[in-house]
Amino acid sequence: MTTATAVEQAEMRVAMTRKEAIGRVLGLLLLGLVFVWLVANLLASPTQFFNSLLFGIGNGALYALIALGYTLVYGIIELINFAHGDLFMLSTVFSGFMMVYWLGADSPSAQNWGFMLLTLVAAMAFGAIVNVVIERVAYRRLRRAPKLAALITAVGMSFILQWVGLRWNGSAPRLWPTVVPEGGIEFGEVTLRYTTILVVAFTIPVLLLLTYVVQRTKQGRAMRATAQDQDAARLMGINVDRTIAFTFALGGAMAGAAGLLYLEAVGTTRYDAGFQLGLIAFTAAVLGGIGNLAGAVLGGLLIGIIQGLNDGAPFGFGQQWSQTVVFSILILVMVFRPTGILGQPTVEKV
Amino acid sequence: MADPVTDAATPAGPPAADLTHRRDRRWAIGFILVMLGMWVFYKFALTSTPDVVQEQIQKWLPLTAVNEAIVWVICAIGLNIVVGYAGLLDLGFVAFWAIGGYVAGWFMSWFIGQYNQSVHVLSAAPSTSTGFHINWWIVLIIAGAICALFGILIGAPTLRLKSDYLAIVTLGFGEIIPQVFVNGEDINGFNLSNGTKGITPLDPITALPFGPAFLSRPLGPFDLATKFLLFGIVVAFCVFVSLRIREGRLGRAWLAIREDELAASMMGVPLMRSKLYAYAVGAFMGGLGGVVFAIHVNGVFADRFNFSISIILLAMVVLGGMGNVWGVIVGALALAWINSTFLPQMGETINSSLGTEINFPSYNFLLFGSILVLMMLFRREGLFPETRTRQLIQEPERTQLEDLHADLEGVEK
Repeated sequence: MTTATAVEQAEMRVAMTRKEAIGRVLGLLLLGLVFVWLVANLLASPTQFFNSLLFGIGNGALYALIALGYTLVYGIIELINFAHGDLFMLSTVFSGFMMVYWLGADSPSAQNWGFMLLTLVAAMAFGAIVNVVIERVAYRRLRRAPKLAALITAVGMSFILQWVGLRWNGSAPRLWPTVVPEGGIEFGEVTLRYTTILVVAFTIPVLLLLTYVVQRTKQGRAMRATAQDQDAARLMGINVDRTIAFTFALGGAMAGAAGLLYLEAVGTTRYDAGFQLGLIAFTAAVLGGIGNLAGAVLGGLLIGIIQGLNDGAPFGFGQQWSQTVVFSILILVMVFRPTGILGQPTVEKV
Repeated sequence: MADPVTDAATPAGPPAADLTHRRDRRWAIGFILVMLGMWVFYKFALTSTPDVVQEQIQKWLPLTAVNEAIVWVICAIGLNIVVGYAGLLDLGFVAFWAIGGYVAGWFMSWFIGQYNQSVHVLSAAPSTSTGFHINWWIVLIIAGAICALFGILIGAPTLRLKSDYLAIVTLGFGEIIPQVFVNGEDINGFNLSNGTKGITPLDPITALPFGPAFLSRPLGPFDLATKFLLFGIVVAFCVFVSLRIREGRLGRAWLAIREDELAASMMGVPLMRSKLYAYAVGAFMGGLGGVVFAIHVNGVFADRFNFSISIILLAMVVLGGMGNVWGVIVGALALAWINSTFLPQMGETINSSLGTEINFPSYNFLLFGSILVLMMLFRREGLFPETRTRQLIQEPERTQLEDLHADLEGVEK
């Protein structure tokens, strides 16, 4: 089987060269167009440009956190965990209830910031537990099943979680008071909002920590081994089920943290918030190169910035086209560089 | 059609082609009988039944719900070709539904009249009205063709992707198209879709463009029984195409791709072309469904096209049994009925008798999610699987494989 793949690939490579060349030229042209668009926006109104840029970075860091969950899970069992976005949504609802109803933290004060940290930890635990339970109940039984089956299960899980959110949060968007003060640090007319600082200040250390866990620890080595070959990993004495559960817990914790930070940054949530954000985050993960941690963060920031500029910059298409722009990017990335920006091409396992 | 249907398992065994024809004839007769029976029942028999029965039927199985279910059936048959036959996961099928609907909106209403264009082709609309007014049979074909074109457009650059990436790309497509229509009122001053206001009303449809009055009479909003028959013809077309393609060269190529892409390509099955055909045929039917839906609700409304439609269609295909047209039809009818009639009516009945205020329709998320998850966990082949699908989808136990001295890696897919 393996030799057959190799032969096929060799043949493909010869036949594809001209197509590839055309593809590369088209891709570069597109990149050029994006660059021209960026410069045009910058020249037309620098304040607007930088404001949208900073806003986009804040959003992008949130996308990055969610994208990390997608990328971790995909990296280890090659499953697009559709329910991940909805897990994030549940975390926003959970954090909202915990902050406001259980702890009574509804205005900026030192004590409430302490509560926010507490909620952050709780939301991460919540996300991790829910994700592990989902893995245990649904995905674990499907390890050897066709990929399509696992994917459809994930879609179904996403619907179930949305239903939980619908029952819990109600069908209308719910507004929550936040404890992070409005406004931010002013640089002339450009505002760096406090929430942006908060989100970025959380995301970067988390990325470093995750990279450390995956690259340097024993658990991380087990994760990488499981990702490569589950059977071989099992033979080497790795507890594959526990390793995968650990990965889901990490991803869920990221979603939980993103839930709280989103709530503080945006202040509202709705049962279908997870679907849209999840898709965007998945796009980010793919854009960066799925399975690659740094790629997920890079992709998240890029998508955030593009979206921010599209919504706010002078030559943007406006918010109502936001989704279209993001998904067009997704499709274009898929067409021109399916492995993403930082991803390496993988040999398809047969 | 008058031939007696003989038992197929006669010892002599008729040639294969003959068998297919006979099978076609058999389902065609059954289908026509069911359709005519329903038609007679709703058009004539229902009024003479006792009031209690009539009321219950209007409540639990109204003809509008039946007609709407037919739309779902058409789209589910289309999705079945992509997911069930060719094994490509499509999470954006709503896009074709939407495009089909808008084609009906453009070609069967006043809409294009705003650009001072008027064309009348065999339409029941008054000849003084502006805009495109084309006979709905022709619009069906146009919509199908446009959707097939879009299917190829989205498929051509993306079909070489791995299956789960492909699912995401289709999903993206299914998000983009509805948003284009929602925002389509003013694209640089050009009105593509009339935005959220939608395009309504559409021209009344006729069974035939000319001929005796009872056949060429424009159908009003209350001619549901006749519309039911006409929509049934579209379903019959889709079933016929599905079954016949399945037997032919293309259908066997799809099944081969679904079961083992690599092996299929080694056997000389053109992967790209076969997959593209699957997309095109599936999208064609999606377009038909879109037109029929537009006619059913007498308009197209942009905000109706959302992701949950794609998922519900997928649930229908999965529930009925991927790859089996009849199973898919049953799945589609059942879920469409549950969604449109059962949940609201059940809620009303229970709430009024127990004095509770449970919002039953909101449970559909739970219902469809659970169907997908539970079916995948416990009965992956669907309720009415084909033998072939069952063998494919049920993973062999590890011990079974070892008995066969099979390489575990080789069977995993």
